[in-house]
Amino acid sequence: MKKLILAALVALAPLGAQTTVIQNATVMTVAKGTFKGSVVIKDGKIAEVGEKVMVPQGATIIDATNQYLIPGIIDCHSHIAGDGGINEGSVSVSSMVDIKDIINPEDISIYRALAGGVTTANILHGSANSIGGKTIVLKMRWGKDAQSLIFEGAMPGIKFALGENPKRAGNPQGGRGAAGQTVQARYPATRMGVEDTIREAFNEAKIYKAGWDEYQAKVARGEHPIPPRKDLKLEALKEVLEGKRYVHAHCYRADEILMLMRVADDYGFKIRTLQHVLEGYKVAKEIAAHGAGASTFSDWWDYKMEAVDAIPFNASLMTKKGVVVSLNSDDAELMRHLNSEAGKAMKYGGMSETEALAMVTLNPAKQLGIDNRVGSIEVGKDADLVIYDKFPLSDFAKVQKVLIDGHKYFDRDEEVSSRPAKAAEKQKLLDKEKQATPQRQGTPTGRGGRIG
Amino acid sequence: MKLLGILLACGVAAFAAGETILIRDADVYPVAGKEMKGVSLLIQDGKIVDIAAKIVPAKGVRIVEAKGMRVYPGMIDSGTELGLSEVPAVRETVDTGELGEFMPQLKALVAVNPDSEHFGVVRVNGITSAMTFPSSGGGGGGRFGGGSQQLISGQAALIHTDGWTWEDMEIKRSAAMSVAFPSLGGRGGRGGGQIPDSMLEMLGQTGVAGGAANARRAYDDAIAKLNDYFDNARRYQKAKAAHLADFKTDLKFEAMLPVLEGKVPVAVTGARASTIQNAVQWAKKQNIKLVILQPREIGKAAADLKAENVPVIFGRVLALPETEDSAYDEAFTLPGEAYKAGVKIAFGTFTNEFVRNIPYQAATAVAFGLPYEEALKAVTINPAQIWGVSDQIGSVEKGKVADLVVTDGDILEIQTQIKHLYIKGKEVSLENKQTRLNQRYLNRN
Repeated sequence: MKKLILAALVALAPLGAQTTVIQNATVMTVAKGTFKGSVVIKDGKIAEVGEKVMVPQGATIIDATNQYLIPGIIDCHSHIAGDGGINEGSVSVSSMVDIKDIINPEDISIYRALAGGVTTANILHGSANSIGGKTIVLKMRWGKDAQSLIFEGAMPGIKFALGENPKRAGNPQGGRGAAGQTVQARYPATRMGVEDTIREAFNEAKIYKAGWDEYQAKVARGEHPIPPRKDLKLEALKEVLEGKRYVHAHCYRADEILMLMRVADDYGFKIRTLQHVLEGYKVAKEIAAHGAGASTFSDWWDYKMEAVDAIPFNASLMTKKGVVVSLNSDDAELMRHLNSEAGKAMKYGGMSETEALAMVTLNPAKQLGIDNRVGSIEVGKDADLVIYDKFPLSDFAKVQKVLIDGHKYFDRDEEVSSRPAKAAEKQKLLDKEKQATPQRQGTPTGRGGRIG
Repeated sequence: MKLLGILLACGVAAFAAGETILIRDADVYPVAGKEMKGVSLLIQDGKIVDIAAKIVPAKGVRIVEAKGMRVYPGMIDSGTELGLSEVPAVRETVDTGELGEFMPQLKALVAVNPDSEHFGVVRVNGITSAMTFPSSGGGGGGRFGGGSQQLISGQAALIHTDGWTWEDMEIKRSAAMSVAFPSLGGRGGRGGGQIPDSMLEMLGQTGVAGGAANARRAYDDAIAKLNDYFDNARRYQKAKAAHLADFKTDLKFEAMLPVLEGKVPVAVTGARASTIQNAVQWAKKQNIKLVILQPREIGKAAADLKAENVPVIFGRVLALPETEDSAYDEAFTLPGEAYKAGVKIAFGTFTNEFVRNIPYQAATAVAFGLPYEEALKAVTINPAQIWGVSDQIGSVEKGKVADLVVTDGDILEIQTQIKHLYIKGKEVSLENKQTRLNQRYLNRN
């Protein structure tokens, strides 16, 4: 038995180092044009890209004739792979909590996202707080443990939120009563209060940081000072002030977008991405000047008051004004169609194929600071690749294969052909369960038969 | 000057109403037949009066050159709350989901706001008509009113997506009676979200048997209530026919008459196959016409649907699987499965926000097994047949209402641009709130 396992390991070991060539595809590199050609993958990285490539001996060949190859899709706003609770809503500043602590690698949404061509996602805290919890970038390495999902080296982030969501807790009547009407109300209840909440937090963080800076200076001078008390809430904001943590801010209306950038200017930090940013087109000039990226929906609108001025031209208009724009999902379902969401940027506002595809690949990579690793098909980058059967910026297309780090994580043919076996296995388990559990026919009197 | 303005306005209005338009040299995709390349199409008095290789225009006819462009019939969304719900999160803007358990007398049509911003947004993507439902729906409107308590929520209307008034927009004021057919383990409220059959079977087997028994009791109670109501409506029908001396008009039962006579179908949300089967058998017993909305599985119900000729309106194709171990593409493949089982299908979006994306839903269904022609039919002629107006809309044919979409490509493809839009033969502006905001802020300095 031991021998058998050893043999299996030996057989598996070279797989990791294996060379794969994807041949005859329409390669949409995003960075360097679109052409018919091949991509060579070695040790999980893209080793060669071209119309004609040298096929190394012993390489695994994936024939992609009549198919399209694009970089793995990156979703800059997702809440999958968590344990369900993503809003620490009890306080208006919850920068002490971290999404990293609740990663659930068995969330089926990871596999479904893969089947939709997503290879990387920015997993965010919810939007109940002006300053929410810490965030983490994951690769959709389905089947691996939580630690292995983390995009190694990617800058961690923190979620901020403006507008209706963070002020909702200040209006427990669902926003329909007067502001702060009931005793249970949680500050803030207005956009003014949201601004103040963020300012108060950074005011505190600045003082906290000064204490630590002074301590470090004294240590550097050879003194032996008493260190300041560690504050986990302010620690995250200190990292923001030091540029060691990205701010991803949920926002809708132009006024609040401008407000947040001015607060950030005052405290000397940058907003890395404005999330949703449905009225970003109204202040695109200011967003470009601040240097924030914008991650928006393609065409969601009118579901709440702050979304009534949303336009499907938002992404293209902001792009035209010099903002780096990505299209995100914020939704486990929409996440599976970001390719066609990008297609909408071509329809609304006339983006080119490459500009549109960049909105779900290279642009979110830039926004997350991982464009040296992913986001385009270029030599040296991670072999995170998706094969579609048809032109991918369309709902007529479906994902055929997905590779992450050169490994195949999704294969539609295998998925479909494995279904009968899986169904049989499930039936077997169901039958077993039926036998194990005594039938409870009829209605028990009294407690209604409810247990647990 | 003022006078001139008024005169001008009158002149334009009069012209638009009676305008004769010749769309020249277009590729017509009529749905009703084979594609016709390089033909001309004459629109007069709101109707398509001629389609031919060459039409010599009379004097004064406006000519639209459409070389290389395609002409499709306007698309129909079979499940919306258009005109009734503006911003789902704001109660004051929502008019779906009235109070009361049996409310067949309510008419969606009379509450349609012709100036809803949604109309401008959806029609420029080629959706020229829509079913608008009075019930609580995917848009969430019903949660404010009594929506979740309703068994009969009123009459859904088929409307055009353009018009000065709701009378103007009306195609069929009572196109369906919206009924919340009960289902085991939850009311059949629109939006689905019920426990799938496979899990329900498990529940019956395991510890929550009592829960299942309670669910069965609640289901039986609701069915009995519904049957009682139909029985009473029939008594009313008989009493009326008998001209009894003490007969008094009852608005609710009056509204039920067309349903009992089989003139208006009952529209029922049935997410699960078992609910669909139950609804089909119930409708057969009641001898009424039935349309199933938002199925999430067809499976064993396919035979019943086909046998009883009951059509289904698919909700959002872009939906997550029902359970953790369902196939990832379960919702994408469903329309194709239903078609292959011989069931008549159409599409609905059930959320105003997504109405404009109905062609892309159809495209997803094509990617996962529905033949292309059937997908196109499912947003044009099929719904026209299902809602009883295929003599008027749903295809490009002589004599039909001129609801036409002129495009630069495949109407189901995202990148395709709409070039011209005609509703009841009137050219409709492609401008809307969103294009205006786009222009305004593109020009911002």
